[in-house]
Amino acid sequence: MRIAIVGDGKVGSALTEQLAKEGHDIVVIDSNKAVLRDAVEALDVMVVHGNGATLKVQELADVEHSDLLIAATSADEINLLCCIIARKLGCPHTIARVRNPEYAHQLYFLKDELGLSMMVNPELAAASEIFRLLQFPSFLQRDSFAKGRVEIVEIEVRGESKLTGKKLAELYKTARVKVLVCAVERGDNVLIPDGNFKLHKHDKLYVTASSKDLAKLIHNLGLERRKIRNVMIVGGGNIAYYLAEDLIASGVNVKMIEIDPERCLLLAEALPRATIIEADGSERGVLDSEGIGDTDAVVTLTNIDEENLIISMYADFAGVSKVITKINRTEYHEVFRDRGIECVVSPKELCSHEIVRYVRAMHNTTEDSIITLHRIVGGRMEALEFKANESTWHLGTTLTKLRLKNDILIACISRQGEIIIPSGADSIQLGDTVIVVTTAEKIVHDLNDIFDEQEDRFRFKEGHE
Amino acid sequence: MNRRMVLYVLCLIMRVEAVLLVPPLIIAFAQREDMAAFGFLAAIAALLGASLLTLLKKPRKKVFYAREGFIIVALAWFVVSIFGALPFWVSGAIPSFIDSLFETVSGFTTTGASILTNVEAMPMSLLYWRSFTHWLGGMGVLVFVLAIMPLAKNSGNTMHILRAESPGPQVDKLVPRMHNSAKILYAIYVGMTLLQIILLLAGGMPLFESVTTAFGTAGTGGFGVLNDSMASFSPYLQSVVTVFMILFGVNFNIFFLLIMREYYKILRNEELWVYIGLLLGSILLITFNVLPMFANIGESFHHAAFQVASIMTTTGFATVDFNTWPQLSRTILVILMVLGACAGSTGGGVKTARVVLLGKSFVRDVRKLLRPRSVALIKMNDRTVEEDTVRGVYSYLTAYILIALISVLLISINNFSLETTVTSVVSCMNNIGPGLDLVGPMGNYSAFSGFSKLVLSADMLIGRLEIFPMLMLLVPATWKAR
Repeated sequence: MRIAIVGDGKVGSALTEQLAKEGHDIVVIDSNKAVLRDAVEALDVMVVHGNGATLKVQELADVEHSDLLIAATSADEINLLCCIIARKLGCPHTIARVRNPEYAHQLYFLKDELGLSMMVNPELAAASEIFRLLQFPSFLQRDSFAKGRVEIVEIEVRGESKLTGKKLAELYKTARVKVLVCAVERGDNVLIPDGNFKLHKHDKLYVTASSKDLAKLIHNLGLERRKIRNVMIVGGGNIAYYLAEDLIASGVNVKMIEIDPERCLLLAEALPRATIIEADGSERGVLDSEGIGDTDAVVTLTNIDEENLIISMYADFAGVSKVITKINRTEYHEVFRDRGIECVVSPKELCSHEIVRYVRAMHNTTEDSIITLHRIVGGRMEALEFKANESTWHLGTTLTKLRLKNDILIACISRQGEIIIPSGADSIQLGDTVIVVTTAEKIVHDLNDIFDEQEDRFRFKEGHE
Repeated sequence: MNRRMVLYVLCLIMRVEAVLLVPPLIIAFAQREDMAAFGFLAAIAALLGASLLTLLKKPRKKVFYAREGFIIVALAWFVVSIFGALPFWVSGAIPSFIDSLFETVSGFTTTGASILTNVEAMPMSLLYWRSFTHWLGGMGVLVFVLAIMPLAKNSGNTMHILRAESPGPQVDKLVPRMHNSAKILYAIYVGMTLLQIILLLAGGMPLFESVTTAFGTAGTGGFGVLNDSMASFSPYLQSVVTVFMILFGVNFNIFFLLIMREYYKILRNEELWVYIGLLLGSILLITFNVLPMFANIGESFHHAAFQVASIMTTTGFATVDFNTWPQLSRTILVILMVLGACAGSTGGGVKTARVVLLGKSFVRDVRKLLRPRSVALIKMNDRTVEEDTVRGVYSYLTAYILIALISVLLISINNFSLETTVTSVVSCMNNIGPGLDLVGPMGNYSAFSGFSKLVLSADMLIGRLEIFPMLMLLVPATWKAR
């Protein structure tokens, strides 16, 4: 597929890398020559220099023959203009990044008027992600599937926990709800475990469970943590604003520390029920005097990654049980993972996942397209949700008889609202929603991609004889 | 520097060359040319043996940068030339190794300068290989590798290779994927070569001559399989060759635009018009200058067109001995040698695109003297040319002149006439083949000393790779660890 990406910033470059890797023909448009030079030397893409919102540049980039245009510059208005021009040129799909909260509320209205296929707001996506994490503080990460009925949650085996040293089969017994551990992260390795797998301290488990069982699961495994009632947010940007809105609506006390006095006034006006503190949140004295040790959760949302990391580490040190860190540059992820920074949210990644999901669904000609896509284990594995239809192979075959490719796991099947954590006797039926977990190198576009190909060739031959 | 990656790519190229030596080997067997067959087998064995080096040190990372790109390209051309020379030498068809190397370098760089005094006595399989080196060298050995296998998947690093190997001041991909870009280039190339073979066959040329002539034209090389180059063929065949020489001297992006039906962009391509203008102007001048030597104006035009196309596209075929032409015509031809064909074509020389850029930059600088505060950008094909590109053209020209002067000095040791000395260097550096006087279209390079042949071989490689990759080999900093 031919894709034009306007704006090679944070989101743009994350998208370019991912989409080029998936085999699409990418044309990157940017007005900064240095950025383009880096892009063309690092990735197999074409670049066009110029203002992406002009007809001339879009013609140069051959947008009229492209299948999709993604506008990810820093200015909303330019993004919208890019999309309008692309539509006029005949590009069938357009995606715009729109982040201004004033526009955000008229998202849907604009969407129809401008013929946009999709709008993404990295800040809003990050805020809702953080909000979901704060709902269940025991989980380091939550990804939901099947319209929110199924989740894959990340649990850390802590030293004092009763999970340490247990085999997985025992875990399933103590859990007393149906769950499936689909991946374990141990040190630098990612393992797909079986029943005999023995849990160690500091292992991170990725568990598939029905959403309504989550509370029970936490209780039975003894993972309960105090429900979050007080949240301290450091940094008062857009994410902080969206997050505070959500938190206040659910009855949580919000304390926000922001350095810029004018921004503080704005926030105080927009969020009357939040406590706004005008101070430098990176100062230890400020954090201490605002009672960082007594809050249930700290969310660091300043614009500087390094500040976020330091504040988060300090919060961990001060004994805050839930710390969420916003990081823009994720390339050093493994370095700080074990240093008190366990819960990381990256707006650009969330945003690019959302778009990649759309692109994969678009790329798919058959009906059983990807419904959701989530990256887990720091981007090293993918969890995908598909709908099984007439074209799906092996419908009704029990899972013991199915041959799947290596490193692919069927984590969950959702059948008419009923959640099945699959065992060998289950099978995929027509209309099921199937959640598949796979390593990120394997690119799965279609539910049929999970079956072992050798068998497919065999089937094909059989059909002809 | 990622030496392992350099080694890995070189071994890959050796294996590709070993495969490409199989068709001439088959010809040698079919024609019962035992010595030639032995030569090809030896070369294939040597290539496969040497390519085993890659097993010793596999690249840890497939990442490479501009530096590795230059080195890969420069070394690759050395390697293919040295191994490609083996069949000539081992078979005994060319007894001296330096002569074999000169002939092979001349082939790969699409120069077409020969040390052979009697081409027709050569075994057919070796003649095929000699012409095939033109075809492969024309579009580029590494571009060929990029077309048949994705070297570093999803990585933009291969851009460094394309930039280092492809001629012209600005090198861009045609489509986003490098692999596809290289495939499109080769598809156009193969298509046009086949078309020429068919047209030559239609004119009654035997198959072997058609194929080798088409290879020589497509790569703008100029090796013929007959002693008198193209002189003994019919006017129709000569005209076919004229037209195809001109076509292969055009930037291949133009053909891509033609396929994409973007005629407007073709019309707006300044380089193309300057190329056509220079070509037509030279043909007309020479037609009238040589009129007394031919029976009528038609014949005069026919031969002038052939020679101008042959020299400007740096092919080097000849239908008549232009060495005996009037001084004006000879001088025009020498100037055309230096100007060369379009950037992004298979031709050599300074390239029309650089000439256009130099002209525009010169005019701008003169204007700037009159109005010191004026701000002016250089535009070409409706797009602003970056100052870096313009500066690159200037430094290219400086290096070009410097190397030409040193080479002339070194060649003058042979004590030939000034005309021979200068035109042999100009002809080799611009990948043409024939020069004037001793090295005229009916002469050859056999009289030069072994040392001179090595200097001229180096000039051919420097000219084909546009100086900088070869210069990089000599810069100590290139070889230091980062």
